[in-house]
Amino acid sequence: MLLKFSKRGNTLIVSMCGELDHHSAENVRAKIDNKIDEFGIKNLIFDFSDVNFMDSSGIGVVIGRYKKITEYGGRVGIVSLKPNIKRVFELGGLFKIIKEYKNIEEAIESF
Amino acid sequence: MYHNEMKIEFPSKSQNEAFARVVVAAFASQLDPTIEELSDVKTAVSEAVTNAIIHGYENSSGTVTIKCSIDGNKLTVEVIDFGKGIEDVELARQPLYTSRPELERSGMGFTVMETFMDTLEVESQIGKGTRVIMTKSFKSV
Ligand SMILES: Nc1ncnc2c1ncn2[C@@H]1O[C@H](COP(=O)(O)OP(=O)(O)OP(=O)(O)O)[C@@H](O)[C@H]1O
Ligand SMILES: [Mg+2]
Repeated sequence: MLLKFSKRGNTLIVSMCGELDHHSAENVRAKIDNKIDEFGIKNLIFDFSDVNFMDSSGIGVVIGRYKKITEYGGRVGIVSLKPNIKRVFELGGLFKIIKEYKNIEEAIESF
Repeated sequence: MYHNEMKIEFPSKSQNEAFARVVVAAFASQLDPTIEELSDVKTAVSEAVTNAIIHGYENSSGTVTIKCSIDGNKLTVEVIDFGKGIEDVELARQPLYTSRPELERSGMGFTVMETFMDTLEVESQIGKGTRVIMTKSFKSV
């Protein structure tokens, strides 16, 4: 899975491209955690625009980063979920703790 | 009634998770499923194969077998491993139950399989392995 990182103020935006499963999760997890530490950022936005497959491994990746970010008082948002991925997140009860935003701008404004 | 079947075997490498779900989806596509139905099958297969690899074989090497059959408009998928087995299947199937929280597992795999397919059966024996049997009927036929 390909990851693109960008930074807006104290928010890190990770744009993922490809399929998020157990195989790709390990690398995704390590790369995001490295960037969080490297940039010393506060908030995190997951941009799912180009993710076309995700299973429960993705729930673990998102919740794991959520724990890390909120430990230091930061906020996490998700944008652009395809319907099949949204259903996996819904099952995992993820929207009880993390909000989905229409786009990156809306997420940043709400932080 | 129309019948067809296939079987694949592959080593328990995480690289094969994507391979397995795509193969099963390709086999299922002869039933003219909707995009949503096909993505449900892919996700369920991915869950079962991932479980075989990380829990069944605990990332050591073993063989994962997938048997698929079609009867009329019904797809049956069996995912089989000869790994460590599940002690308490009822507990394992509970939403949010995971034996490996330290691996950032969420305990939602069986719930995903149950929700995205019509039926789910789990047969398991300690030290012998696990067989997950899922079925789904496609409306579009
Ligand atoms: N093939 C298997 N062999 C041995 N144990 C298994 C197997 N499949 C599942 N289990 C056991 O059942 C539990 C629940 O499985 P489930 O897929 O629901 O959650 P998980 O794999 O722990 O987390 P997630 O799938 O959300 O990443 C696992 O934690 C594991 O203990
Ligand atoms: Mg699982």
